[in-house]
Order: sequence, then C-alpha cells, then structure tokens
Amino acid sequence: MEAAIATGTAPARRAAVPAPTDTAVLTLTVAGQLCGVPVLGVRDILGPQTITPIPLAPPEVAGGLNLRGRIVTAVDLRRRLGLAPREPGAPFPMSVVVEGGGELYALLADSVGEVLALPDAGLAPNPPTLDPLWREVCAGVHQHAAAAEPGGTRLLIMLDVERVLDIG
Amino acid sequence: MDDLIADFLTETGEGLAGLDAALLRLERHPNDPQTIGEIFRLIHTIKGTCGFLGLSRLEKVAHAGENVLGRYRDGSLTVTSGGVSLILRVVDRVREIMAGLEATGAEPAGDDSAIIAELDAVFTGEVAPEDAAPAAPQPQPEQKPPTRRARKTAVPEAAGETVAPGMPGPRRRRAPARPRAAPAVPDEIAPAPAIATAPALQSPVPVAEAGAATEAVAVAQTLRVNVDVLESLMTLVSELVLTRNQLLQLSRARNDGALSGPLQRLSHITSELQEGVMKTRMQPIGNAWKGLPRLVRDLSRELGKRIDLDMRGAETELDRQVLEMIRDPLTHMVRNSGDHGLESPAERREAGKPEAGRIILDAYHEGGHIIIEVGDDGRGLAVEKIRAKVLSQGLATEQELAAMGERDIQRFIFRAGFSTAAAVTSVSGRGVGMDVVKTNIEKIGGTIDLRSRAGKGTTFLIKIPLTLAIVSALIVEAGGERFAIPQIGVVELVRAGDGVTHIKDAPVLRLRDRLLPLVSLSRLLRLEEKGGAQDGGFVVVTQVGQNLFGIIVDRVFDTEEIVVKPVAPILRHVTMFSGNTILGDGSVIMILDPNGIARATGVGAEGVQEDRRGAAVVSAASSERMSLLLFRAGTGGPRAVPLGLVARLEDLPAERIEMSHGQPVVQYRGALMPLIPMAEGWVAPVAGGRQAVLVFNDGGRAMGLAVDEILDVVEETLKIENGQERPGYLGTAVIAGRATEVIDCAWWLRQAGEDWFGPQRPADARRPRLLVVEDSAFFRNMLVPALGAAGFEVVTAGTGTQALRLREAGERFDAVVSDIEMPELDGLGLARAARDGGVWQETPLVALTSLTDEAAVRRSREAGFDRHVPKFDRDALLDALRGCMAGTQG
Repeated sequence: MEAAIATGTAPARRAAVPAPTDTAVLTLTVAGQLCGVPVLGVRDILGPQTITPIPLAPPEVAGGLNLRGRIVTAVDLRRRLGLAPREPGAPFPMSVVVEGGGELYALLADSVGEVLALPDAGLAPNPPTLDPLWREVCAGVHQHAAAAEPGGTRLLIMLDVERVLDIG
Repeated sequence: MDDLIADFLTETGEGLAGLDAALLRLERHPNDPQTIGEIFRLIHTIKGTCGFLGLSRLEKVAHAGENVLGRYRDGSLTVTSGGVSLILRVVDRVREIMAGLEATGAEPAGDDSAIIAELDAVFTGEVAPEDAAPAAPQPQPEQKPPTRRARKTAVPEAAGETVAPGMPGPRRRRAPARPRAAPAVPDEIAPAPAIATAPALQSPVPVAEAGAATEAVAVAQTLRVNVDVLESLMTLVSELVLTRNQLLQLSRARNDGALSGPLQRLSHITSELQEGVMKTRMQPIGNAWKGLPRLVRDLSRELGKRIDLDMRGAETELDRQVLEMIRDPLTHMVRNSGDHGLESPAERREAGKPEAGRIILDAYHEGGHIIIEVGDDGRGLAVEKIRAKVLSQGLATEQELAAMGERDIQRFIFRAGFSTAAAVTSVSGRGVGMDVVKTNIEKIGGTIDLRSRAGKGTTFLIKIPLTLAIVSALIVEAGGERFAIPQIGVVELVRAGDGVTHIKDAPVLRLRDRLLPLVSLSRLLRLEEKGGAQDGGFVVVTQVGQNLFGIIVDRVFDTEEIVVKPVAPILRHVTMFSGNTILGDGSVIMILDPNGIARATGVGAEGVQEDRRGAAVVSAASSERMSLLLFRAGTGGPRAVPLGLVARLEDLPAERIEMSHGQPVVQYRGALMPLIPMAEGWVAPVAGGRQAVLVFNDGGRAMGLAVDEILDVVEETLKIENGQERPGYLGTAVIAGRATEVIDCAWWLRQAGEDWFGPQRPADARRPRLLVVEDSAFFRNMLVPALGAAGFEVVTAGTGTQALRLREAGERFDAVVSDIEMPELDGLGLARAARDGGVWQETPLVALTSLTDEAAVRRSREAGFDRHVPKFDRDALLDALRGCMAGTQG
C-alpha cells in the first residue's frame, strides 16, 4: 500500500517539466487569410477528395469523406469563418484531418503551407475588435510568422480546433 | 442443469481460482486491507447468491466464513496463519459442495456443523485459531491444520482418491471436474502456496474423475471471452464485408469469369463469418432483467405495495451492445411502474382490483426489431395532472393542449424535467425519468411509446433494432444524391405512376384501394429536385410502427449490406439519418431513418402549409390518430370523412356525368356509378368544368359522393360531439382547429338507392345475427350500417360487460365482433368469459383492433378469439365473418 503511494507520486513530479517555448504550427490559407493549427493535433493531410454532401447539416459542414474506411466529417473553413464561398472553377480544397471529441474531422482549406515553430511568447490575444465569429474560434494571433513568410509581415490566426468543431 | 446454477458455478469457480492467491498474499501481508476486502467480497457474494438459489448448505458455510473475515476486515481480529488455514478450508468446503452441485445439480449431503462451529468460535473470540502464531512469510508444507479430527468425522475420505501426501495437486484444481464421490479434503491443502498458483498442471487425473468430467460439459463448453476481443472481431468483420462488397462491384464491372467463382465463395464465407460473429454477440434479454425480481421485491417493501413481476420472453435474443444500452432504461421503467403506476393496496381494493399489483415485462421479435413492453395494471396516467403540469411549466399553451388528443398529452412525460409524482420518493420522482429513457432508446435507433387507460394501467412499448452493426439497405437516389434506407422498414417498392394524386399539396398514393401519405425525399431534405426521375420516380413504401407511408425517390439502385457507422456528434441533431456508411465503390452515403422521417415531418414545420403536410405523414407514425379527408360541400364549414373509408378520389370532367332517372351517374370502370351530390341544390358542372368525387366501394359496387372541393388530409384524434341530429352527419369535431362536420358514410350510401344493396342477398334467407361490441360510438355508427348493408342483423353493445348481460339474457348470435380495448371489461376478458361456458361457448369470435402485430394476435388467440381483423378493414372483416360462419354451419 505504502509502496503504491510512493510510486504514484513519482511520475507527477516528473511531469512538472517546463513546457517547450515553441509550438509547431501547420499553416493553411483560407480565402487569403493565413491560419494555423497545432501540428500535434493533425492526423492527416489529404489532397482533393470526393465529399458527399449531407442534407440538413449545418452550412459549415461540407459533407462526409472516406478516409481509408473511416468516415470523416468535413468542415468548410471558409463557411466556418464567414468568408466568401469558393469561386466556381477554383481548385478543390485540401483536407486537414484533426481529432475532436474522439471523432475525426477534416478542415477544408484552400491550401496547406508548411510547419513553423512559433514561440509561444509571440502569441498575442485576440484584439477586442475582432469579428465575434472569429473571436470565438481563434486562440490568438501570431505576429512573428512574418519571418518564415516570403511575403513580408502577415498575421497568422491560430485556430482553436475544438471551438472550430463546436458547430450547431 | 438450471441456467442460474450453471452461471453461478462458472462465476464462482473463477472467483475461487483467484482466491487462493489472495489468501496466500494475506498470509504474507496479514494487514493488507485490500486483500481482506477482496476475499470478504467474494465469500459475501457466494453467500448472497446461495441464499437466492436456495443452496442452504453452501450458504451456511459461507456465512460463517464471512463472519470471521468481517472481523479480520474491521481489524478486531488479527490475521494468523491458523486463521488463513481455516479460511482456506472454508474455500475448499465451498469447492467440494460446488463440485457435487455440478455433478448432480443438487447440493451433496454432508455435515458442516464442525467447521461452522469452529468458525463461530473464532468469530466470537472464544478460541483463537489453533495456530495463533503470527503468519509466517513462508508457510511450512507439513503444517497441521487445526481440526483434522473434526473434519474426518464430517467428511469421509473417498476411497478411490489416492493422493500421496505432499502432492496436493488435485485439491487445487478448479472445481468443475470433481466428482461427487471425492469430497474429502485431506489436510495438506491449507499451506501450499507455491503449488496453489500453478494448480492444474501437476494434477494427475484419476480415471474416476475423467469420467465425471464428461458430465460437466455444460460448464466446460462455454468460454469466457473478453468483450473487447469480440468488439474488434466485429469491426474486422464489418471491414471485411465492406471490402467484399467493393470486390464484388469490381468483378461485376469486369465480368471476369475466373474471378467470379472464388469471389462468390469468399462472399459466402464472409456472410457466414458475419453471422457467426453476430451470434457471439447475441444474448437473451433475460440477462438485462436479472436484477429486476430483486428490485421489485425491494420496491414493494419500500413502498408498502404488493407487486408481482411477470417476465415473458426472457429468452428473446439481441445484440449485447443493444442489451447494455437498454438495461438502465428498463430498470428505470420498472421502478417507475412500481412507484407511479401501481396504487397502494387500499386504493386497489377500493377500485375492485386484486391487492397485488402486476408489472409485466414482455419481449418478442417483430420484423427485425425487438419489442419490449413494460406494463402495469395500475391507475394509468392522469391526463388532467399532466395537463396541469404542462401548463404550469409552460411546455404548451392552453390552446395547444385543447387541440391535442389524450395520448399526445400523455406523451409529455417524455419531456425533460417532467415528473407527475406528487411526492418525491426515494424511488423516483426527481424528474430525470422518462426523458432520459427516451433519449437512451433513441440513441440506439429505437422508439418508445405508451398506452395508458385510466384505472387500467400503463404500458410502455419500446421498439429497438436487433443489432446496430450490419444491416441490409436499399440504395436510392433523390435530388442527385444517394441514400440508404434500411430494408427492415421497407415493405414494398412501387413505381410512382398515375397512382400518385395530390390532395392540395399533399401527395398521396392509391395503393390497392388504400390512400398512402407520401413524403418527397428531395423536398424533405431540401435538395434540388432534378428532372432525372424516370416516370415520376419510385415510392418506397415504409412501415413505422403499425402504419405505412411512402417515400418518393427519383431512382432505386440495388440493395447492399452496409455497416452502420454513427454520424459525427455535430450532426446528431439531424434526426433524418440513423448513421452513415461507405459503399462498395468507396463513397460515403447517409442512412435514412424512417422513424426520424416520420417524426420530423410532423414537427419540422415552417408554416401552416408545412404543418399540414407533415400531419399527413405523421398519420403513418401513430395508431390512435386517424387520417381524415377534409372537403367542402355546399355552405358551412369543412366536412370530414375517415380517409380509410374512401376508396378513391376522382376529378371527373363534366362530360362524363350523365343523368339517369333524374339522378347523376357516371360510367366508372365499366359500370354505372351513382353520383350523390352532398350539397343541396347541386348543379352539374358546366361543360369543360370538373367535378370532385369521393368514391366509396362496397363489394364490387361503387358510389360517388359529389363534393365542391377536396381540401386536405389531416391527422387528428377524432372526438365527435353529437350536438345536432342531422341526417347524413355523425356530428361535429374540431379538426385542424376548425369545427368540422363528420359525415355518416352509411347514410350517404343509402342515398344511392335503398335497393342499392338489395340484390346482394336472397330475400328469403335468414339474416345472420351479429353482436358488435365496441366502446366508440363513432365506430359503432360506422360498422352497423356497413354490416347491415352486407346482410347481417346487427346488435350492439358498448362494453364487454354489456355484452355479457346479453349472454345472460340468453341472446344467441351467429358471431360476435369485438373491439379489444374497452373500458370495464375489455375484449380479451370478454372472449375468456365467452369461452368459459354459457351459450356463447361455440360462437365464433372476431377481434377488431388497431394492433395487428404478432404478439397482439397471439394474445387475442389465447383469449379465445377465432379471427383477428384490423379495425378499418371492412373487407377483411366481412371475409372473416363469412369464413367463421361457414365453419360453424358446415
């Protein structure tokens, strides 16, 4: 009994290691907006897929797709962020497969960029003037993404996957 | 052997196997409360179960052992090596008795008083176990157990059992293969920890025992498998089925003969494998009921009510996943029945019922589903109380309630936070009841409904799918998308040709003289209606509960075995789908839920228009409400007629209406059909105009009722106020929020000419005499003229009791037609009474009911009915009457 208590406390101490200061972030573009999701939460990245529309589903839900025998519900990030719909004839979106509540979901983005290591310190809270819809799904804004981007200083919106999937 | 005992043996055997190690651990660490607790619990369980199974010998031993263990557990007695030995001997005695039990099915005779006395002595603290020395870390193999003498007198050593001392192997073996004749437990058992952990290996099996082992096959042939293993097997089989489907599709496309042979075999084997794996998951529903007798017993004590629990169909099997999910809802419902449903003995006496209330559980299969009924014979649901509660909680307004039928009001008990128990008892009444039950049942694709009669009791009907994993489904297309409809709900497939008519906006299908409400799938799912449909598409005739409705689709593909996968949580609110799946071609497809469709079309209304259309569909979903056809004729409000009585709706061009002897007639299906104008002062439509006609059929003849306009089909509980006595009308009812006159079909039929029915029967023949027992005046009014028209002399009674009074008066009938559900004495009671003796003992009895499922038919047959006819089916009733009268006359 006593032995059990002793071993029970040991791992707790070990877990109290300081967290790394950088977070690996996968960048994606949604209607020109640079977004990021923590790369550790990403299960798969898929090219254009056949997506079966689901009638009566919330508008943000693009449909279901077949990921090696598993059914994955696709969420259209443009719709979720209240952005303009994809122009007809535009290339099909990419799917970033993430997990939420034990289920797999595919986030549809126009393009998927690279994996950046961004310092946690660089994450600024959402500006209070941010669109309420965005405030709801954004975990903060990275200003230092510019260094890795050729285009100069672009802001990267960190998406809170859990809240992005909180639909309906 | 009794199943219960077999289960008990298996479970206890497993527990005992683990106990040895625990006891020995105890010896080494005498103060480990966890180990003591573990041993205590096991012995305690054995004691409890034995008491339940009536195994008194085993119970006494376990009880004495438990006492001592209890003292060890609370620390008032120190664990000693001698004490452990004593407990080990208790365990061995338990094994012995169990071995005997297994071999013969009964407890072997024997005297345990010695060991019990010894245990009691330790328990009371009079005597410390013989070897009071603190437990040694390594027990000595030759240690003498304390009560050798006593035990020898109690249990004679078996002669055939020649086991060398110091070779205690056989003792250690699991109980199963031990014959009754070998109960002796020599002394060496107690201290043998090292051997105990590896028991069976070193036991040489004596020949005598091998023989006995075959007797014990019942236990040996079951194998306990971890549920996870079964689950992963199931998943694998599901994937295999999908892959097989994919392969089949490929081979069909290629038309490769060399491939199709082996593929066929693979397909066959896969199906069998699937079936086999499914079978491993099936369990009798009785497993979920096991705790109920005890629960009811406790309930009856707590509430001071006498309750009998009647469980039927416990052997009905269903998937264990489903079983797990209904266990709690069932328990809750039984508790509810006992607490809310049944009255106190005094109230029951007053109501003239037996003091002991009954709770009835019934389970049976019905078309790929399992129906579970939980009923009581208590006070029934108090509609007034529910109404008051609904109002006070603001769940509905007074107007809404006024428009609802009794049953709809009763259904409020399924709403969240609803409980009518005046007092919160410890049993129920906290308002977390039926809504949770409903949610849980719906989660597994089931439905729940209720049937309640004041003073008669309440019955809950649960319908759940047999399995959730793999189903056969019909693949259809609507609005350019494909969907799967589970075959279970599909009754037939009809090409939607000319049969589809529109009553206002509501499409209906004429199918063999029935009007079927239709739902357009693409409209329901708000899909674009594409013109791709061939010949107006197809109608998938679907059954939900007792009723039928049609789903209009554009195209129908083949059927496919699909693996049902639940939809993502963010889509759970879309009740139209029960899941999704991946087809053979790899595409994702949604599975339609007919229950959800029936429900959603009733509630998902956006306006009055939608609402009405929905209502037409809901007619398919419930049984007490009735589809009514609304129309206009002349001045005044709308008129109504039960849709079931109308054979066809016609919209005739004016040219087809001719006059004959001053009466309008039309040539209809090769015969002249009289046309009766409903409105006074009717004039034939002008040339080029059209005339709406309701066509009634009667034994090959037709009569048309000319009306001004057909309005709608609605679903209502018909409550007719017999205010005015107007020929041709039964009275007024509130339908779709408006006062509506309900027409008397029989009266209008007679207007087609008194002799209209005449030639159907020979004038001199004696008219067969019929008794119609029916509590609803409306149906009586409908049946009597119809039967009279068919040549019967009809006498009516409003209840079973009234009917029996006629019997006592010596009235004789050629047949009795009776409703099942009636106040006072119901149809079943009437049938039993009739069969019990008296002048009606041989009279043919025909049951008339809206419940036509197998179980209902079975019940009515058991009660003594000869035939069973659906309530609205007049032709079936006439057939049945002709059939049973031919039987008595011939």
